Amino acid sequence: MVPLIMSNNIELARKVLLEPAGLHDAELEKILSSILGHAVDSADLYFQGSRSESWTLEDGIIQDASYSVDHGVGVRALSGEKTGFAYSDDIVLPALEQAASAARTIALAGSNSQLKAWNNKLITPHNLYLPDNPLNSLLDADKIALLHSINHEARRIDPRINQVIVSLSGSHNVVLVVASDGTFAADVRPMVRLNVSVVAEHNGRRERASYGGGGRLDYTMFSKADLGLSYAREAVRQALVNLDAIAAPAGNMPVVLGAGWPGIILHEAVGHGLEGDFNRKKSSAFSGRMGERVASTQCTVVDDGTIPGRRGSLNVDDEGVPTQCTTLIENGILKNYMQDKLNARLMNTKSTGNGRRESYAHVPMPRMTNTYMLAGKYDPAEIISSVERGLYAVSFSGGQVDITSGKFVFSASEAYLIENGKITRPVKGATLIGSGPEVMTKVSMVGNNLQLDTGVGVCGKEGQSVPVGVGQPTILVDEITVGGTEHNA
Amino acid sequence: MIDEQQLTAIVSKMLNAATAQPGVTAVAVGGSLDSGLSATVRLGEVETIEFNRDKSLGITVYKGQCKGSVSITDLNSEAIDAAIKAACRIADYTEPDPYSGLADKELLAKNIPDLKLYHPAAITAEQALDYAKQCESAALNYDKRITNSEGGSFNTHEQYYVYGNSDGFLAAYPSSRYSASCSVIGQVGDSMQRDYDYAVARDVNDLLDLTQIGTNAAAKTIARLGARKIATCKAPVLLEPKMAASFWHTLLAAISGGNLYRKSSFLLDCLHKNILPKFINIKEYPHLPKGLSSAPFDHEGVATQEKNIITDGVLSTYLLSSYSARRLGLQTTGNAGGAHNCTLTPGTMDQAQLIKQMHTGLIVTELLGSGVNLVTGDYSQGAAGFWVENGTLQYPVEEITIAGNLRDMYANLVAVGNDLDHRYSVITGSVLLEAMTIAGN
Repeated sequence: MVPLIMSNNIELARKVLLEPAGLHDAELEKILSSILGHAVDSADLYFQGSRSESWTLEDGIIQDASYSVDHGVGVRALSGEKTGFAYSDDIVLPALEQAASAARTIALAGSNSQLKAWNNKLITPHNLYLPDNPLNSLLDADKIALLHSINHEARRIDPRINQVIVSLSGSHNVVLVVASDGTFAADVRPMVRLNVSVVAEHNGRRERASYGGGGRLDYTMFSKADLGLSYAREAVRQALVNLDAIAAPAGNMPVVLGAGWPGIILHEAVGHGLEGDFNRKKSSAFSGRMGERVASTQCTVVDDGTIPGRRGSLNVDDEGVPTQCTTLIENGILKNYMQDKLNARLMNTKSTGNGRRESYAHVPMPRMTNTYMLAGKYDPAEIISSVERGLYAVSFSGGQVDITSGKFVFSASEAYLIENGKITRPVKGATLIGSGPEVMTKVSMVGNNLQLDTGVGVCGKEGQSVPVGVGQPTILVDEITVGGTEHNA
Repeated sequence: MIDEQQLTAIVSKMLNAATAQPGVTAVAVGGSLDSGLSATVRLGEVETIEFNRDKSLGITVYKGQCKGSVSITDLNSEAIDAAIKAACRIADYTEPDPYSGLADKELLAKNIPDLKLYHPAAITAEQALDYAKQCESAALNYDKRITNSEGGSFNTHEQYYVYGNSDGFLAAYPSSRYSASCSVIGQVGDSMQRDYDYAVARDVNDLLDLTQIGTNAAAKTIARLGARKIATCKAPVLLEPKMAASFWHTLLAAISGGNLYRKSSFLLDCLHKNILPKFINIKEYPHLPKGLSSAPFDHEGVATQEKNIITDGVLSTYLLSSYSARRLGLQTTGNAGGAHNCTLTPGTMDQAQLIKQMHTGLIVTELLGSGVNLVTGDYSQGAAGFWVENGTLQYPVEEITIAGNLRDMYANLVAVGNDLDHRYSVITGSVLLEAMTIAGN
């Protein structure tokens, strides 16, 4: 008995994606069989229908608004380690047949597989978000009113703020995955996001800051408990702090990272390095280290796609596999990689539900969902007071990693000196650099205040962007290199 | 499946249909057809073949000073009608912006020069895989310390781009792009390093010798083995052309209209001021035949033209679209959508001579992260490269940062090399910078 939510999603997906082209199970079976018949191990079809919009308020007016519609189908043929892929932005049978015949050219040798029946077994236990289209969750007039109220708040707080940009965006995606291994799964995915960017100016000095959030909810989330207004207050606060920032120190030192969004360190230091494709190819600094110590005993890091309403969450991944909470590192020991179907098969294990793709026009690969460190035992105040001289960083603009050498960076956008256990002066944004496997072993204190980010993460890998979440409690890294300009020789 | 003529006809029809809608005073429509393939091999075996085919269309509708935009990928008549209606509806909700509207009619391109951007080659998947194999096998055979590979790849891309507006502009042109790349991994003891090289051209016959790409990738990888971290210090920095291109790119961003009118640039009010040494000249060449960033007109149909960006160290122009120009009380410079083939006048020294001149310092071969603050010019980036003493390379370096402020980095720039590299968004030689703070141990 297919759970009600999934069967409703499948029905909606059929209606929106298949019926307009007169595609029924019989046609889909034929297409998949035609691919399998060419010595291909497995094949899948990924149908997607997507609608998205964005509204931007700048200089006090709703200056720009746009809407976009896209749909299509991606056809993938797998043969050993090989992938053949084609797609069409017309969901009609001839286009599907053409894409299939292109994709199957990948197989020059391989087994003749059989199409597994699509049986109605339990597809996913998850119901993490509503299938409703968030674009309809507020009337357009109310979206505009929301933007104006946030703009008003940002400008009201402090006269030094002279630029405010508020943007609201939402999307609705209906996806259907049909595969030769018996997968027949659908998901209906909402997403919303609100962002506030401000520039502050005082005595000839200008600084900028940005804050926002969202998730797989709807626009009404931003009016609850003044959430949207709080983004404005936070952006303004950060810009004003940066007006007073002095030059950041340069060199190795202890760094305390705040809770929540600074969890980006995990995404860069260990997240990408633990993706299944890099480990299957043995190109990651973490390859072949399963069961070894890769972090301090205080570190337990998970990738969890099952948190309700989160930006990085999914009911099923883009290969139709239910998401799960995968323990990557437990008390410092490497436990699991994140896998999609192809890499799991090649590494003799199972998919962890991390097979994701940017759209029907892109191939799936192992990607993160919500990656965070579990809470530890320390009070955050205790962590700060334990540092004689170091840095306290609470916000970051982004990061990057070389998974082969293991070197990663992330750039602070709000940070302070710690002097004699106290937070003193704000310092200018500096880039922090370290080696993933090494830095994690230097996490000597993990706070009890786990927080997830507000819903703003975008992860890029091989030209594909997917939405992700990060999080952590306040943590102390005993030593990492801070890329400031102040160096006392 | 639609072809070029059909796309142009659809754009034209859409302009007429949208202009006829009640309240609509102006319309712009842009569309493209894209096709190509992407082939990768790894350790000599086929890994992936991807066939790409896309079409898309975007319409912006103006009702007086209010605008609305919609983009679609389905180009049947119902989808097009729905897009027009949706754009019109959005324009009922956005608020009047006195600076908005189409580009001034007199500035639209009148002649559309043929910039020789289109060189179809009908490359098959088998040929693409073979090219990818050639790159990679040269790399794998280079040195026994090359122990693994991320792969070799070969990509083709053809595009047909159409733009039109209700002032009567309607133009289109095809273009092509071919690229080959290779990324390999070297190992010594427990530590691995990777590096890559690539070539890109409008015409497949202009692609660098494919085996050279593989050899370069392997040589660069081997050169990184044994990298160490150095102690924090202040020292001169030599940016290799690829890093120099990203360094100049921040200059282009700081003089772009969007950042200027938003007061989000560290080069505000610097027009006609001296911001770089006298020997720095940067010029834009939008009509360079086969140029990777060439364009006969910008994203609003405005004619593009050659111009000086930096003349003897002085900022000669901003990079503006119609909207940002109006916000600044200036005229568009034909840069809606970006800059085209910005090129440094080469200096007199090659890279080896610059290294000798630097004497002691850091050569940067890789930059990590996005630590550039365009509002303040503060610069802090992760880096890897080589340490130089007495004018010779000593050892590879990693896990360090370089930091400073771009205003100072421009003003104190020591030299630009004559080793121009044409692959990047800014065509430049190596750049030697005066002392920057290098953070390490």
